[in-house]
Amino acid sequence: MKLKLCLIALFGCCLSIFSQEYFPKNDGVKSKNSNYTAFKNATIYVSPTKTIKSGTLIVQNGKVHAVGTSVAIPENSVEIDLDGKYIYPSFIDIYSDFGIEKPKPEPRGNRPQYDPSRSGYYWNDHIMPENRAVEKFAFDKKKAEELLKAGFGVVNTHIADGIVRGTGALVSLNEEDADNPRIIAQDVAQYLSFKKSSASRQSYPGSLMGAIALLRQMYHDAEWYEGGNADNKDLSLEALIKNRTLPQIFEAGDKLNDLRADKLGDEFKLNYIIKGGGNEFERIDEIVNTHATYIIPINFPDAYDVSDPYMADKISLGEMRLWNQAPSNPKVLAENDVTFALTTAGLKKVSDFKSNLLRAINYGFDKTKALEALTTIPASLVKKGDRIGTLQKGYLANFLITSGDIFDKKTTLYENWVQGEKYVVNDMNTIDVRGNYTLNVSGETYELSISGSLEKLKSELKKGDTKISSNISYKNGWINLFYTPESSDDKKEFVRLSSAVTTEGNLSGEAVLTNGKASTWTAVKKGKKEDSSKKEDEEKAPKVFPVTYPNKAYGVNTLPQQQTILFKNATVWTSEDAGILENTDVLVKNGKISSIGKDLSGSGATIIDATGKHLTAGIVDEHSHIAAASINESGHNSSAEVSIEDVVNSGDSNIYRNLSGGVTTIQILHGSANPIGGRSAIIKLKWGEDPEDLLLDGRPKFIKFALGENVKQSNWGSRQTIRFPQTRMGVEQVYTDYFQRAKEYDEQWKTYKSNKSKGKTPRYDVELETLAEILNKERFISCHSYVQSEINMMMKVAEKFDFNINTFTHILEGYKVADKMKEHGVGGSTFADWWAYKYEVNDAIPYNAAIMHNQGVTVAINSDDGEMSRRLNQEAAKTVKYGGVSEEEAWKFVTINPAKLLHLDDRIGSIKEGKDADLVLWSDHPLSVYAIAEKTLVEGAIYYDYEKMQQTEKAIQTEKNELINMMISAKNKGMKTQTPKAKKEEEFHCDTMIYGL
Amino acid sequence: MKKIIQITLVLLTYISFAQQTPAPAQSEFILITGATAHIGNGNVMENAAVGFIDGKITYVGSAGSINASEYNKVIDATGKHVYPGFIALNATLGLVEIDAVRATDDEDEVGTFIPHIRSLIAYNAESKVVESMRPNGVLMGQITPRGGRISGTSSIVQFDAWNWEDAAIKTDDGIYLNWPRTTKRGNPWRGEDPGIKPNKEYSSEVEEINNFLSAAKAYLQGDMNPRNLPHEATKGLFDGTQKLYIHTNGEREITDVVNFAEKIGISKVVIVGGDQADKVSKMLASKNIPVLLRRPHRLPSGEDENIKHTFMLASILDKAGVLTSIDVSGSMERMNTRNLPFYAGSFAAYGLEKEKAVKLITGNAAKIAGIDDTAGTLTVGKDATLFISEGDALDMRTNILSKAYIQGRDISLESHQTELWKRYSEKFNQK
Repeated sequence: MKLKLCLIALFGCCLSIFSQEYFPKNDGVKSKNSNYTAFKNATIYVSPTKTIKSGTLIVQNGKVHAVGTSVAIPENSVEIDLDGKYIYPSFIDIYSDFGIEKPKPEPRGNRPQYDPSRSGYYWNDHIMPENRAVEKFAFDKKKAEELLKAGFGVVNTHIADGIVRGTGALVSLNEEDADNPRIIAQDVAQYLSFKKSSASRQSYPGSLMGAIALLRQMYHDAEWYEGGNADNKDLSLEALIKNRTLPQIFEAGDKLNDLRADKLGDEFKLNYIIKGGGNEFERIDEIVNTHATYIIPINFPDAYDVSDPYMADKISLGEMRLWNQAPSNPKVLAENDVTFALTTAGLKKVSDFKSNLLRAINYGFDKTKALEALTTIPASLVKKGDRIGTLQKGYLANFLITSGDIFDKKTTLYENWVQGEKYVVNDMNTIDVRGNYTLNVSGETYELSISGSLEKLKSELKKGDTKISSNISYKNGWINLFYTPESSDDKKEFVRLSSAVTTEGNLSGEAVLTNGKASTWTAVKKGKKEDSSKKEDEEKAPKVFPVTYPNKAYGVNTLPQQQTILFKNATVWTSEDAGILENTDVLVKNGKISSIGKDLSGSGATIIDATGKHLTAGIVDEHSHIAAASINESGHNSSAEVSIEDVVNSGDSNIYRNLSGGVTTIQILHGSANPIGGRSAIIKLKWGEDPEDLLLDGRPKFIKFALGENVKQSNWGSRQTIRFPQTRMGVEQVYTDYFQRAKEYDEQWKTYKSNKSKGKTPRYDVELETLAEILNKERFISCHSYVQSEINMMMKVAEKFDFNINTFTHILEGYKVADKMKEHGVGGSTFADWWAYKYEVNDAIPYNAAIMHNQGVTVAINSDDGEMSRRLNQEAAKTVKYGGVSEEEAWKFVTINPAKLLHLDDRIGSIKEGKDADLVLWSDHPLSVYAIAEKTLVEGAIYYDYEKMQQTEKAIQTEKNELINMMISAKNKGMKTQTPKAKKEEEFHCDTMIYGL
Repeated sequence: MKKIIQITLVLLTYISFAQQTPAPAQSEFILITGATAHIGNGNVMENAAVGFIDGKITYVGSAGSINASEYNKVIDATGKHVYPGFIALNATLGLVEIDAVRATDDEDEVGTFIPHIRSLIAYNAESKVVESMRPNGVLMGQITPRGGRISGTSSIVQFDAWNWEDAAIKTDDGIYLNWPRTTKRGNPWRGEDPGIKPNKEYSSEVEEINNFLSAAKAYLQGDMNPRNLPHEATKGLFDGTQKLYIHTNGEREITDVVNFAEKIGISKVVIVGGDQADKVSKMLASKNIPVLLRRPHRLPSGEDENIKHTFMLASILDKAGVLTSIDVSGSMERMNTRNLPFYAGSFAAYGLEKEKAVKLITGNAAKIAGIDDTAGTLTVGKDATLFISEGDALDMRTNILSKAYIQGRDISLESHQTELWKRYSEKFNQK
């Protein structure tokens, strides 16, 4: 019997598969089916905004033939009455990897790989625009069924690997036919991401900023290539050029990455369709301002299992909030008129799609918008709005038949038709047996309640007040129920009931009693099935906690505003010639220091009594690695093309912690993984602002260079010995080579620009552009350095190319060559007392700052460490101890001197009228170990307040407690929970190797 | 002439690469007068005098009531401060010279339960890092092995010695144990999620400790034949002559440690780390269990935590009555150990009284380490291990030492670093 069924299924399959009209047929005669199927009396959503009541939908040959209220039904129609049922266009997911096998990860080798694996293509393996999903596509029946059950009819699938991933193919999930009809269109969109391919070990890019830089260079190269300037073939660039007119789908995967992708797109006039991360609501204003379209996942986090309070403690407020708030993401996006499609991507199981979508709707996501996000919007984003997404004439017959409103929990999805082929999700002819019955089995009376879903019923059996365990199943129109009767002592004895279900209402059939004797039974339905009011409660929109900026502990509800503030009677450390002023007032207005003096009056100013307290300029940290999503691009020995500005992370708690130590401005430097590092970001610590607004306006351009053990990979392990340079001798040659080439490059462009007749356009090289800026004195170098030989060498290389090193950072043997440094005109930004952590710091001494200072070098004390940066005042104080620097000068080491090194001393670093009101109010002498920063202001706004921090800590505990209670009740309701998994905060130093995303 | 310069240079170079010569035994009768004396027990004495003869303190009291003629060397320290030598506990000084150079690294031996591994014999008394402690007032330290479950046995040394035998103040004072964590982090290099997850092996890891110590206890009660070196090394734990120092930070783990020690019969236990000791401070106080608090100069353990929590801990434990000192381990710990006074100062900034902050690294440290009969406070009869600072020694700008004595010996405050300082200052002065 089974075999026969299989054969029939196979035969049916074959019939469909080889139904293409021009295919030869050897297993029978050709039979073309040109019948119509007419669906009558349904509520039809022709589109999300156009509904027809009691309408008819007619399909033929996989397409919509007609739709409307009064359409003529052709004679050769199979008619299906859908009275009371609904028809919707089936869903579309344009971010899918359906039917594409994941590329096999390349095993880790013994040595790093710097060169590409391919030839004929772009120089970087992770750029693969030539890839075509259609060539890798193999229909995956199991996955297709999952998607069909979730209501999807069409997906745009792609090879989800690499930075440029090539084109996607739009395929239907029609499981009856072959790929010929299933492939609706190939090369529908080009896909991109920030993540490199797992199939290649090529080292570059090793960071998020490297990926961004690579994309930038690639676009420049494509333009240059298209202009016919290249001598050689590049199949990747050709494919990229060819794909340019396609929709560009960028997998960003997080709110800040969304902004990064959009910014990159703007540079090259590309409107990426951004695949977000589901946390867009955390930065909704910035997301709106991208004016981009989005693809949004709904893989909301499960509640955490907080039954163990100790483990629950390890979950951060940010994670708890995300659980509570994430389902509001679609609603927030919709209410802000962001155009977006939904995707199943990221879900652990496709079957979670509906429940998560319903959660989003429960959180207030508009149903029409939801339907649009699943039909018309994805269709139009991939420019296929003329074929899919609605049920107009001529469109693909992709539609869903449901029992009611598709976004209602109680609704059953019956059928999902794709290209006119039916897929049954739930048999719509199944009679609903759910309800309460009076059961009668050979004289005994019971109360029977049947609930659950039709696929999986639940039974509850009672005899009087006694509950009796029972089990129910319902399949192929037959209901089976068994239970142990109360009278039986043996719990292994059962009464078994069965009945064919033919009408709604009463059930009756045969019973087999515990003793094996046959009998009969009946069940009479009692009124309507129970709709407990309890359940209604559950569906009420939950409390959604407000978003803070950033959306985690100590985030702010509203950004601090500039105030007019008068500090009265402070000891003012000016960091200027004025020195330290006792009993002095400072007035702050419009973000600037308005006046300094005795007995100032500021009308309308907030008065802060600073008696006994010290007011200083905000601390400037010349060397920081906080607030960045990545620090090192170690894939090449030079990475001048990368910029920390591309990866500023406004959500790093260390921004707030640094404020608590009086720091207001930092230079986020690239690490020291290579001789030529990346460009810096100079930011003000405006906790709560977005990455763009953290960047200091009018900031000068900087780049990190590095010398010594790190760049020659001395401590990277024995495998890392093939990258040039491996010695200090090689380091010099790296610089000489790059600067020579940058010089020639610059000249080449200058000649090209001045030459009217013009020849071939030189290639635009972001890396050499950056280095040319140094030669043209438009960009400054902060160079990580330790021993005197290399310090000397670096100055000589610079002098040869007629520029100056701006700053030596770390510069632990600066004291040995302080005179040479003074002569060269370079500043020294050093540690107060670090040494002994590697061989090259053997001669590092804490007197370094004092000696350099005594020789006239501009000296700063920096942190290179997110912990130490919170107490740079104390580090400056160490120069008083070591070397006897005066307190006034020591204080300049962390204020005006680093400001000078950053060319920002006209704006920050001291208390002077007209300068930015970046100020710190200290409880004590600022160089004292006992001093606490009580208030930290950036541009006249109070960004940190010690007292407020303590109150916030209490509020955090209260909020967490409330969230924990919500999670416990979620758990008790049977929602899924996840084991606590606290996130680790990233800490970066110079030598941190991490591919941060 | 040229030759002479060359020889001088060679000599200079040689000197700058050698350790300071240890000072000879005290010969003079020394009296420091007029100073503010920080006793190390929480008390401070203005205009005090401190006298010491033959390496032992002979007088601590008012400068007015002392007969100075008993002393042949009187140091006027008016306006200055005298402190007992600071004691760094859980230090690895002298076990590693340069972090990144493996050949200089002797802190972590192979093995899981290795109490027989003794730090003292590997302690490099001539370490350049060790000599850099002294100008900051850090004059003694507990040198501890690291790694494994039971890392080995520590010893307490003073920082002016020709060799480890001379350096030892208390040999094999304690055994260090790394208590398992109830949580675990994934290793991102192995493709694991780096977040914290529950450690499913916690109970079995605790059981392994129990098994080892129970076996050791049983061994010690028998005829100890054949000899078992690891078991034998735990003897002091059971007869009360050694302390068990246990690295642990979580509230739950600390409670488990205390219950465990009671059950197995180890009477002297010290919690090392204690990031959440504030949450069980009452219990620790009632059971007289001391804590070596992790240094405050570290980031809070979570983003929700009070951002000054690490600085506030000492004050909280003090209020609860927990005997507390400072654990100097952590990032770049060896070179940072000289910042011990500033760790104490940082605790003082956030609620702990200044003299109690001094006590953390003097009286308390000596008491916990079991050397309070000879060190830790300015008390008659104790070793004259003390120093004179220009100002408050817990504050970096005033921690400026003019004199330091270890067991009465007038030690050098020079170091490889001060020599380079002087050499290069001189170079630029020559110009």
